[in-house]
Amino acid sequence: MDSAIAERNEELEGYWTMLGCKFAQVEAVFEGCMTEAKASLSKEGLNAYIENARFIGKMGRGAEPLLVYLEEAPSVAHLVGEQALVDLREFAHYMSTHTNFKAIVPFLQTSAAVARRLHSRTVFTKYIELVRDMMNRTSGSVHGHHTTFPSPGLPHLLKQAPNLLGALSLEGFRNWVEYGITYYNHHPERQEEYFSLKSADAIAVMQRERHGTLLVDNERKLDSYLRALWEDHDYLVPYSVAFDDLRKPMPYFTGDGFRLPDVYDDMVGVKGIDRYRAALAHMAAHRRWSQKMIVDNWSPFQRASVEVFEDSRVDYLACQRYPGLRKLFLALHPIPKEEDLQLEEQGISVFRLRLAMLSRAILDPDYQYENPHVREFVGRFHDLMATGEATSAQMASVALSFIARTRGQRDLSAKMYFDNTEVDYRDDNRHLWIYIEESDEDEMFEHLDKRQNQDEELHALPPRHYPEWDYNAQNYRPDWASVYEVLHPRGDASKIDNLLLKHSKLAKRLKAMLEMLKPQNKVRIRYQEEGSELDLDVAIRSLIDFKGGSSPDPRINMSHRTDGRNIAVTLLLDLSQSLSEQAAGCNQTVLELSQEAVSLLAWSIQQVGDTFAIGGFHSNTRHDVRYYHIKGFGESWGTEVKARLAKMEAGYSTRMGAAMRHAGHYLKTQQADKKLLLILTDGEPADIDVHDPQLLIQDARQAVNELGQDGIYSYCINLDPKADEYVSDIFGKQYTVIDNIARLPEQLPQLFIALTK
Amino acid sequence: MDNKEQYKVHKEPFYQAQGDEVELYEAAYAARLPVMVKGPTGCGKSRFIEYMAWKLNKPLITVACNEDMTASDLVGRYLLDANGTRWLDGPLTTAARIGAICYLDEIVEARQDTTVVIHPLTDHRRTLPLDKKGELIEAHPDFQLVISYNPGYQSLMKDLKQSTKQRFTGFEFDYPSAALEAEILSTETGLDKAVASKLVQIGQAARNLKGHGLDEGISTRLLVYAATLIKNGVNAKAACRMALVRPITDDADIRDTLDHAIEAAFG
Repeated sequence: MDSAIAERNEELEGYWTMLGCKFAQVEAVFEGCMTEAKASLSKEGLNAYIENARFIGKMGRGAEPLLVYLEEAPSVAHLVGEQALVDLREFAHYMSTHTNFKAIVPFLQTSAAVARRLHSRTVFTKYIELVRDMMNRTSGSVHGHHTTFPSPGLPHLLKQAPNLLGALSLEGFRNWVEYGITYYNHHPERQEEYFSLKSADAIAVMQRERHGTLLVDNERKLDSYLRALWEDHDYLVPYSVAFDDLRKPMPYFTGDGFRLPDVYDDMVGVKGIDRYRAALAHMAAHRRWSQKMIVDNWSPFQRASVEVFEDSRVDYLACQRYPGLRKLFLALHPIPKEEDLQLEEQGISVFRLRLAMLSRAILDPDYQYENPHVREFVGRFHDLMATGEATSAQMASVALSFIARTRGQRDLSAKMYFDNTEVDYRDDNRHLWIYIEESDEDEMFEHLDKRQNQDEELHALPPRHYPEWDYNAQNYRPDWASVYEVLHPRGDASKIDNLLLKHSKLAKRLKAMLEMLKPQNKVRIRYQEEGSELDLDVAIRSLIDFKGGSSPDPRINMSHRTDGRNIAVTLLLDLSQSLSEQAAGCNQTVLELSQEAVSLLAWSIQQVGDTFAIGGFHSNTRHDVRYYHIKGFGESWGTEVKARLAKMEAGYSTRMGAAMRHAGHYLKTQQADKKLLLILTDGEPADIDVHDPQLLIQDARQAVNELGQDGIYSYCINLDPKADEYVSDIFGKQYTVIDNIARLPEQLPQLFIALTK
Repeated sequence: MDNKEQYKVHKEPFYQAQGDEVELYEAAYAARLPVMVKGPTGCGKSRFIEYMAWKLNKPLITVACNEDMTASDLVGRYLLDANGTRWLDGPLTTAARIGAICYLDEIVEARQDTTVVIHPLTDHRRTLPLDKKGELIEAHPDFQLVISYNPGYQSLMKDLKQSTKQRFTGFEFDYPSAALEAEILSTETGLDKAVASKLVQIGQAARNLKGHGLDEGISTRLLVYAATLIKNGVNAKAACRMALVRPITDDADIRDTLDHAIEAAFG
């Protein structure tokens, strides 16, 4: 070892001593690291670099952190400033002393990549703060003071950080992390899955936080763009660009639609939506003007050349049709540097550069270049286009002679020149080719994969997914609750008839009130030439006109018509477990009382003649919200419905928001002036997979607001004596708490009458 | 007689024939057959009738129909005056008396019971009974009835009765072909042909969206408005946005698409 040290020059030796390190692995790479550090750091920076390295080396976490630090720190310092070296050391130390030492290596490893995304020190320190906060909140502690369990998600988060920051702003990154902490803090495995970007949730939230223009938000705009300008239309299918770093997928189209990236950021002054339009314009132009070609005998170079010529041809034709597109294409088309053609002498293949120059030169008449071959073929291109639209085959023959003319010695070199040669809005041209001979790679066994999932079909209808409002994030969790709608099982219909009989006295009283509800309002129709009465106001006005010498309005009569009553009602019953409890102050269960009340109410509504539906719900976690169909709007109040009502049973929990959204989705389609959603419940919204009591309350409140926007008036009849604590949070003033449950059968119809009078 | 004179079309209106409709109309007029013209709004229906009236040198009485119009608005009514009552002919009666072409524009806008009064004028009888006045008018030999309607945008409730439809010969109008439409624009407004064809291109983009967010495409009439504005020195893109896009849609997505079409067409 001594001899090795002696070989280094004095300066290096000084630093090595300063580092005071005995790890053999470190010694092996120290010189290399120092060379890099010296190139990018100042004198003071170099000292800081070594000082902090010394600290990290002596933390007692092995050689790995030090090695990674030595490798990464110079680029970090170079990117965001030399003070960041201290940040790195401090945070590494913090992790080391707070049981998260396993995360030190991933942290240091990705720090350079992160710094590259963040650019400035202030943002970089914010990033560290954010990670520190995440670590503190997810590290477990036994007695509240000392953290004893490391954060399960932290190493994964740190590994994913460069990826995430590539797609998200720091703000979006923070929201993403926040979501993970909030929902997976008590579930280590899930937390790991989330922070390693493996769970569907993680990807969905990331998608939501992305910057740029999302395809889903603009589908309609783009569809109308295609229809309007290109008389074309097809499905627009997004693909994700977040996960392929090596080879960015390109737009393309096949028989089943246009494939476009899920998101476009604004680029060089072109808005995301315009980038979509450019890509669509290019593909639509292909669909209009390109013909397929047989390409078995063409080399990859020939194909690439044909692609460029054909792309240029359709762009040319598109610009001819819509001159404004040229501006867009020019902005998105890279400007290749001609001087780089000389790189060929260094063994680099510049064949892509030649093609890119050609493409630019065709598109941009102001493009400055010298190359005689490119100039000649641009001329040939324009000569051909001067004759009309030309065909793909004609273009291909020009393209093939271009390749024959310009092929260089180095074209086959493994070092390919790529800078500024990729045209962002162009597709991969898979539609151009016909292969006569099948390749050997086709999947012979594909059909075997189509195993049918013969899962026992539990549910009659496919589930509908509804979002749920998360008040913490002030945002919806997309497709969160799955609602299965099933037909309510049937019981004995005569039970309901008996119940009605039992309340026949009450029914008689109600009947008198219901009579009052029946439509009887007269509405005046004025300005009738012939009517039942003289409309004095108008008659006098006419007389004045007449006296004044102008022609009087002859429509001086009025008539009447009776105003109709046009209400649609949905009665939504909470069928949760608590319903089976005995009601206070009487010997019936709440369920039985509800049954009586609902029967009476249904009978009353039937009497008035309003359209109405009845549904029941309970839930067993968000994955299984049951919505029981008891009576539909089209069904009559007959044996079938009564039988279902008779079989009412209690079970599970109350996920009110999802059920309300589902009931609302039917009510929304009813044609009625007034729409009323009555909710009969005996407790607050709750479910076993939700620990925060406020969450479902806030969600239900949000559901009430949503329904209100659709013109549906929600009203809650609550049987819970403690309801005052929460019910007004959900329903505002639209609720009644019934204290004396025994009187429910009487009160419910009266309430309905009062509401709709 | 000067009553007749005031309804004459004195100056030749510009009308660009799309096919043989002028000859066909002349044939229909020669036989005094009632005529129905249908087609989307602003495609030149009214202009065509005006042109034919000029060509045949007959007076033209136009009635814009509306929901509040009653039969007496067409036929005539008694008015009170200082000495008692006085009968005033409605436009239909006037036309039948003086031998004019009576053009009921957008006939479906009128209530169905109103339109029934035209029946006796449209068949072999060619008479108009004025039941309130107790008079039966024999239509003047030059009299002809023309109605127009736009089958596109009206609701189910507003369709012509079969008994009304089957009294007319029909002309179906549509927006002219691109080249023809550009020519119409430049002749009507004196606008440069190249700009006119760009306007037509935008118009066609919008027509492709009919049923996909638009009830009606951009009409030739609107294109003429835009052309007029451009001719008067308004910036072309601004004129298009003002005359072509803003009037026809309130839908932000569609508006964006059409704005983009303007950008694409003008570059």
